[in-house]
Amino acid sequence: MSRRTIIPFGPQHPVLPEPIHLDLVMEDEKVVEAIPSIGFVHRGLEKLVEKKDFIEYIYVAERICGICSFMHGMGYSQAIEQIMNIEVPERALFLRTIWAEFSRIHSHLLWLGLLADAFGFESLFMQSWRVREKVLDIMEETTGGRVIFGSCKIGGVRKDIDTVTLKRIEKVLVDLEKEIREISNVFLNEYTVKSRLVGVGVLSKEDAYNLGAVGPMMRASGIAQDMRKLGYGAYSQLDFEPITRASGDSYDRCAVRIEELFQSIDLIRQAIGKIPEGPVDTKVTGNPDGEAFVRLEQPRGEVVYYVKANGTKFLDRLRVRTPTFANIPALLKMLKGCDYADVPILILTIDPCISCTER
Amino acid sequence: MFAFNMTKSIFKNLFTKSPAARASLAKKEFKRNTRGKIDINIESCVFCGICQKKCPTGAISVNRTDKKWEIERLKCITCGYCVEACPKKCLSMGNEYSGPALSKDKEVFENARVLDNATNS
Amino acid sequence: MTNKQEIRNITLNELVSSVRDLASKGYRLVQMSCTNFGENVQLNYSFDKDYEFINLRLDIPSDTQVQSISNIYWSAVMYENEIHDLFGLKFNGMAIDFKGNLYRTSVKIPFGSC
Repeated sequence: MSRRTIIPFGPQHPVLPEPIHLDLVMEDEKVVEAIPSIGFVHRGLEKLVEKKDFIEYIYVAERICGICSFMHGMGYSQAIEQIMNIEVPERALFLRTIWAEFSRIHSHLLWLGLLADAFGFESLFMQSWRVREKVLDIMEETTGGRVIFGSCKIGGVRKDIDTVTLKRIEKVLVDLEKEIREISNVFLNEYTVKSRLVGVGVLSKEDAYNLGAVGPMMRASGIAQDMRKLGYGAYSQLDFEPITRASGDSYDRCAVRIEELFQSIDLIRQAIGKIPEGPVDTKVTGNPDGEAFVRLEQPRGEVVYYVKANGTKFLDRLRVRTPTFANIPALLKMLKGCDYADVPILILTIDPCISCTER
Repeated sequence: MFAFNMTKSIFKNLFTKSPAARASLAKKEFKRNTRGKIDINIESCVFCGICQKKCPTGAISVNRTDKKWEIERLKCITCGYCVEACPKKCLSMGNEYSGPALSKDKEVFENARVLDNATNS
Repeated sequence: MTNKQEIRNITLNELVSSVRDLASKGYRLVQMSCTNFGENVQLNYSFDKDYEFINLRLDIPSDTQVQSISNIYWSAVMYENEIHDLFGLKFNGMAIDFKGNLYRTSVKIPFGSC
């Protein structure tokens, strides 16, 4: 039996966007086991509901994470609206859907850049983030902020997008699609990229289901579930199907995310075509009383919001179960038996968003 | 082609002007909706204190007796809640970002006309 | 929001048998969460299959020891260790026991009733 050494990975590492610590138990060059340890970005946001009332808390909920920030705000608003039985106007639902899909596009482009950086392909990293700048410019023009939008509120949205801007967004989408096609050609067909991704970190269909993997990890192993089919927001009036692949290795996860980019552009075009006229918010009075479970599809997977209110303006409990937390058991299973040089790539294929995980 | 897929992008980058070099020399144009910083028209303010109650971070302090309105720029998250809540509509959202600061000072706005009346009468 | 949601109240003895029953029908574990009411603690176990959502609810005093379900669902290890680190609730029979080292916080048991 050969000797085992323990190598600590993280929390500071050039390839990680956020701090996570793993102790890797190694035999020669193969990883035998991985032991996680989290808590570097824990801010205790779930305990803050006792101090900030439920209308102010939307600003905190948006700042749980920087990349998936709009959907956190949307999930919180939907939970409170479900408890108080508030009817959100149609135009606000369509606007929220448009911003949510733009949020998904910019998150996947950021992830593609980080993946290219993980195996050393710096110029592809720069090209992906350059395309992402176009999306951030649209965000700044319509909501006022590049990353934290500040546009969702309980009862609707705060700003409206007029028809002239909507027509201009359609033109930008045409350019965006052309540039994304050029980059995705490199990711899917280049010989050097494929030799690092194909066959690395295989997750079978039963393993993905039993370990509770969510999002693109689950869909790349063949399970066709997408929480947008539940019909929240304006998704019940849009036409799409979940994207799946069969083998469950890193190449398939990359391909699922690239195809979701094209699907999001198509969904935005459908939403702009169908958006009705009308007001964008309703007035909110009174305090919530009751509880609600809401499930959304963030760029990284399925997020569950549980809100419990007791009739005062402070909530009793808010619980957010983020997709990266559910993907960690699958990560620990994939790391067994892999090579040491593949560890950064495997950690990046689950799309880790540690500030969401630890709130 | 199984190799050299990046060559088309690389040639395009060689012969077009780089956006980064242009951006560092030109002055940044802010969009109409950009949430930059909060501006106040101190002449119309009545010092009611509603903006202080609504601010989620507690960056605004209103002093009714001294007629002072103070804001801590580094605490402000430019959410715009105070702009919506002000009954006299004297707060507005400016486009430009507030500049960098070396220390956490408060910016104080006083109504000079009121102070003059108090000393003269 | 037209999904089917169901909340079932169960007692501590029925926990393992209900979870085993749901696992044999093909449900996957979605989340486990804990709410602190001072003396009592409420645990929520959520399961999902084909967009159908079932929630099992336990109301127990805060110093009971709960049987772990990690030999049925291995991913429950992460949730049980997190609840143990944040709320101080004890689970016996966990497949991997981190003994309080999963979450690094400067204050131990930050959400607890103490």
